[in-house]
Amino acid sequence: MPSNTPPAAVSAPEIPISSPPTVFALFLAFAKMSLAGFGGVLAFARRGIVEEHRWMTAEEFNETFALCHFLPGPNIVNLSVVFGSQFRGVAGAIAAFAGLVGPPLMLMTVLAALYARYGDIEVLRRLLAGVSCGAVGLLIAVVSKMLLPLLKRRDLVGLFAMLAVFVAIGLLRLPLQLVLLVAVPISLVITFLLRRQAA
Amino acid sequence: MNGESNPIRSLVVTFGLMSLFAVGGANAAIPEMHRVAVDIHHWMTDREFADIYALSQLSPGPNVLIVTLIGYQVAGLAGALVATLAMCVPTATLAYYVSGFLARSRQAHWPALVQAALVPLSIGLMAASAFVVAQAADRTWIAVLATLAAAILAFATRLNPLWILLATGVLGLAGLI
Repeated sequence: MPSNTPPAAVSAPEIPISSPPTVFALFLAFAKMSLAGFGGVLAFARRGIVEEHRWMTAEEFNETFALCHFLPGPNIVNLSVVFGSQFRGVAGAIAAFAGLVGPPLMLMTVLAALYARYGDIEVLRRLLAGVSCGAVGLLIAVVSKMLLPLLKRRDLVGLFAMLAVFVAIGLLRLPLQLVLLVAVPISLVITFLLRRQAA
Repeated sequence: MNGESNPIRSLVVTFGLMSLFAVGGANAAIPEMHRVAVDIHHWMTDREFADIYALSQLSPGPNVLIVTLIGYQVAGLAGALVATLAMCVPTATLAYYVSGFLARSRQAHWPALVQAALVPLSIGLMAASAFVVAQAADRTWIAVLATLAAAILAFATRLNPLWILLATGVLGLAGLI
């Protein structure tokens, strides 16, 4: 779940960047980060890329992540593709993506098969009932952390946009595409106008 | 599974489209996945959806792999593969092309503007996710309390989230939730 919290802007001293990774090294590195990444891969990706392999500075990593954060779709998948392509073009993008998704995909398929077969067993039922309560709690914590900056800034427009999306999707259960096709342009225009006014 | 003429095709269409609209990542797309899988196609029950969410959080790898579990439930191994690729490939392709373009406009103001406009929307989507899964998972008062305790622990401490999941799992095993 931490994959949705943007990484804190760490002002680490600039460390010398090591030589660019090979295609195989990209695959291996992303496979390792992905399999270590319980509850979200971002923290591990950051540690692997910036601290362990020194393929990017902390600042470059934050910039790359920011690009991926406002593209649609799974952020960390986007990050693997953007990162891989920066070093080794299409082959690098595919290698990083395959490393990120391949191994956990196999694991997940095994879990899915086990669940399809044993999902009704009482022990598993109880375990999953407990875990899903905890998982919701973790999600609430992530949302609260993301909400803090909006509250601190007293960003009324942002808070209203957030609330509107919550009501439309969570309570009214409207289709995602419809809601976003309305909400994104409105939010863009208002943000643009406010910034221009402030400037 | 429910007499759908071609489940593979509806997986491709569903997740391929969702891929391009999931602003804020996989956790923001949970309500839409729930709407499609439980309410529209009846691929699974509310309870099964909560189970699958729990499983996806328990295993390593990107959160988006919850679609692997949904795909498997719909059409077995082929479904798992197809759902995963449909959810990842469109947006990954977009990311590949857009990143080259954005790398050249890093100094421009509009990426920051777009992000400022989108962040509140993705928080709203994730709050809706929590609400949707909570409706399925928190059926008793004790379950609600466990969720609140997990939320407070994860918010206020730097505890590894996996421990929190395991702790609530043990409470569940003990029959308390």
